[in-house]
Amino acid sequence: MADSFSINNEMSKRRKFLVAATSVAGGVASAAIATPFILSMMPSERAKAAGAPVEVDISKLEPGMLLMVEWRGRVVWILDRTPQMLETLKKLESQLADPNSEKNQQPDYAQNETRSIKPEILVVEGVCTHLGCSPVFRKDVAPEDLGPDWLGGFFCPCHGSKFDLAGRVYKNVPAPTNLSVPPHVYLSDNILLIGAESKESA
Amino acid sequence: MDKQNTFLNWIDKRFPLASTWKAHFTEYYAPKNFNFWYFFGSLALLVLVNQLLTGIFLTMSYKPDADLAFASVEYIMRDVDFGWLIRYMHSTGASMFFVVVYLHMFRGMMYGSYRKPRELLWLIGMAIFFVLMSLAFTGYILPWGQMSYWGAQVIVSMFEAIPFIGETLHNWILGDFMLSDAALNRFFAYHVVTLPVLIVVLVFVHIIALHEVGSNNPDGIEIKENKNPQTKIPVDGIPFHPYYTVKDIFGVIAFLIVFCGIIFFAPEMGGYFLEDNNFIPADTLKTPDHIAPVWYFTPYYSMLRAVTINFLWIDAKLWGVFLMVAGVAVFCFLPWLDRSPVKSIRYKGPIFKTALTLFVISFFVLGWLGTQSPTPTLTLLAQIFTVVYFAFFVLMPWYSKIDKTKPEPKRVTK
Amino acid sequence: MKKFKILLFALCWAPLIIFAAEPGMPLDKAPINQTDYEALQRGAETFVHYCLTCHGASFMRYNRHRDIGLDNEAEVLEKLILTGQKAGDLMLSAMRKKEGEEWFGVIPPDLSVIARSRGADWLYTYLRAFYRDESTVPGWNNLVFDRAAMPHVLYKLQGEQKLVVKTVDNKEVKSLKLAEPGTMTPSEYDQFVADLVNYLVYLSEPAANDRKQLGIIVIVFLLGMLGLTYVLYQEYWKDIH
Repeated sequence: MADSFSINNEMSKRRKFLVAATSVAGGVASAAIATPFILSMMPSERAKAAGAPVEVDISKLEPGMLLMVEWRGRVVWILDRTPQMLETLKKLESQLADPNSEKNQQPDYAQNETRSIKPEILVVEGVCTHLGCSPVFRKDVAPEDLGPDWLGGFFCPCHGSKFDLAGRVYKNVPAPTNLSVPPHVYLSDNILLIGAESKESA
Repeated sequence: MDKQNTFLNWIDKRFPLASTWKAHFTEYYAPKNFNFWYFFGSLALLVLVNQLLTGIFLTMSYKPDADLAFASVEYIMRDVDFGWLIRYMHSTGASMFFVVVYLHMFRGMMYGSYRKPRELLWLIGMAIFFVLMSLAFTGYILPWGQMSYWGAQVIVSMFEAIPFIGETLHNWILGDFMLSDAALNRFFAYHVVTLPVLIVVLVFVHIIALHEVGSNNPDGIEIKENKNPQTKIPVDGIPFHPYYTVKDIFGVIAFLIVFCGIIFFAPEMGGYFLEDNNFIPADTLKTPDHIAPVWYFTPYYSMLRAVTINFLWIDAKLWGVFLMVAGVAVFCFLPWLDRSPVKSIRYKGPIFKTALTLFVISFFVLGWLGTQSPTPTLTLLAQIFTVVYFAFFVLMPWYSKIDKTKPEPKRVTK
Repeated sequence: MKKFKILLFALCWAPLIIFAAEPGMPLDKAPINQTDYEALQRGAETFVHYCLTCHGASFMRYNRHRDIGLDNEAEVLEKLILTGQKAGDLMLSAMRKKEGEEWFGVIPPDLSVIARSRGADWLYTYLRAFYRDESTVPGWNNLVFDRAAMPHVLYKLQGEQKLVVKTVDNKEVKSLKLAEPGTMTPSEYDQFVADLVNYLVYLSEPAANDRKQLGIIVIVFLLGMLGLTYVLYQEYWKDIH
């Protein structure tokens, strides 16, 4: 009695072709099925709405004062720098890792000496570029813990990274880059929009 | 090629990869005469995978909280990219799971797949069916719409019918004195952890048991009794891979066309897969005018409602619950109720064919009645068909014995 | 045997064919078209002006209306947002829940998915079936929803209808008659309600149009695969004898 089947060890050309074609079609189908699942994990419409640009009124901001705003769950600092504070920027350049803001941590319009649109107003994300802690604003000059050379800036308590008053990182600290400047625009003299470069693109 | 072999050898010394592949695919010999009805086993597996996969992604956005659940489902439908697709795949999958499993069970009933030596295989299958029903029940509660709430309320109230411990048991199940946030939270835990783990384990065991005894076939004869003396391969058997893999792939695509047709063009399936009233958030103070469970539970729901008289010292409510449970559990006894000398309907006599037809009709009529509001006529109808339903099983030892059967062939036929 | 199988298989789908007829008033078929973006936009504006005061659509975001052709944020702000909300905000009702309960006795239901629970035809009939009834609290009653808590918000447009009860073959037949015309003609009002209901259907499942479009691609692809896998299956099964 013979078996009900006879396996061809040598696959015919036609069979090879059909297996290949089905595999390719199956691969395409799998990729197509995976797509919606992967995309479903992107920020949802709710997250996008919550992460929408924030309008900030800075008319009450006084020189030397730091305003904290939340955008996309991150803190954004708005600092009105006094002329004395702005003077420190030049003095510190030799101690900084990237004094000219060459690394892409800011929009083009903030790639300048003060890292800002208006020289005195600094807008920067208060998130340490090392591991995401929020640095502390230390405007006191030469405090005991930071040493006599400290001219004011931001100090990260987690791992000791230091930034100047333009958010530029010091040399020889764990943080690799300057603090990041979010996209922002002045809608009027005192109304700042954080998170977008124009009202329309929001 | 050589490198591939070296790698496979390395694996094989540490894990029985080649032997498992052989035992369950290339050297698992299945009867060559499988017909249309034999697609539903692999399709059930496909739907299970669909449910697990889509379920995981739904869990990422769903909130098991009485105040947030309904809104979180709509959040999935609107705010999550492709959330609507994942949700419809899951809701359609739930109903299609039952379609496929009912057809799979019906196949077993037609061809006597529950008979010796497959009694345990059948019982494991029944266990899967129970877990599937629990999954469907706990899952339907989660959207926290009106039907979720009141459907669950009705089902859970049945436990109150149990004498002495009923009320305590009811409160223990709910973790409250009524259906509330506490129950939603724990049913969520069962639905996403306990029951899926259980069903996956049971399906695995089901397949292991199947491959131990071998597949039945439309002729209901044992292909293992007729082996080629040299190769020891059943003469009517063919390797599962590649023959049944290519056939099942074709079946999968055909099924997916139906499945996707529903998902994309009729996800509510006329109110049968997603009920209208479940788009109203649960209102604990207001029962909808008409509540009916989802279609796959309606045959049993009809039996529950069919009992309207107190009988002996037990009241109607408890009898209803008893009948409903019995309506599901009675399938477990099939291997011992069937006394026919042949397995397959092909060789069984006219009595069995009539009995099975009546059973199928009663299943559908009861299913339809379960979706309707009860009226005296409909209740009477439900009572009649409940009797027919149970008669199929209870009388089987008698009619299967006296039925005129035809002789089974030696070899499988086309 | 063959016939028996066909019968059984046909029976499997029987419950999907039998539909339950709902008792009560016969409903008018809503003349809606989900691909008519202009009508949907008109409906959206109506919804925002007349419904959103009391009802919310709290699962829907304003900027979602890009689905129906409002893809410019300025346009969304101008057409739909009356109360200084942002484009990404949910369409919440201006009214507090407590107030609703005090004014109407019930909290006006959220309308996000109302078309899925009630159906388009019911809504279309309901919004045209209000009549004056001094015996009720709001002063209005409705043919398809007896003693509805909602007053006839659109009566200035539709006018006032009166109930006419006739007895035909010992059966009461209720119908409505326009007693005082509104600012719209009956056919204008019907069109107005149809646009609103069209929008409510869209609102209940904003992804529905995308769903159907994607569905066609998927089914066409699967049909191709069906052919391919069938040929593959036949090719291998040549071995079986």
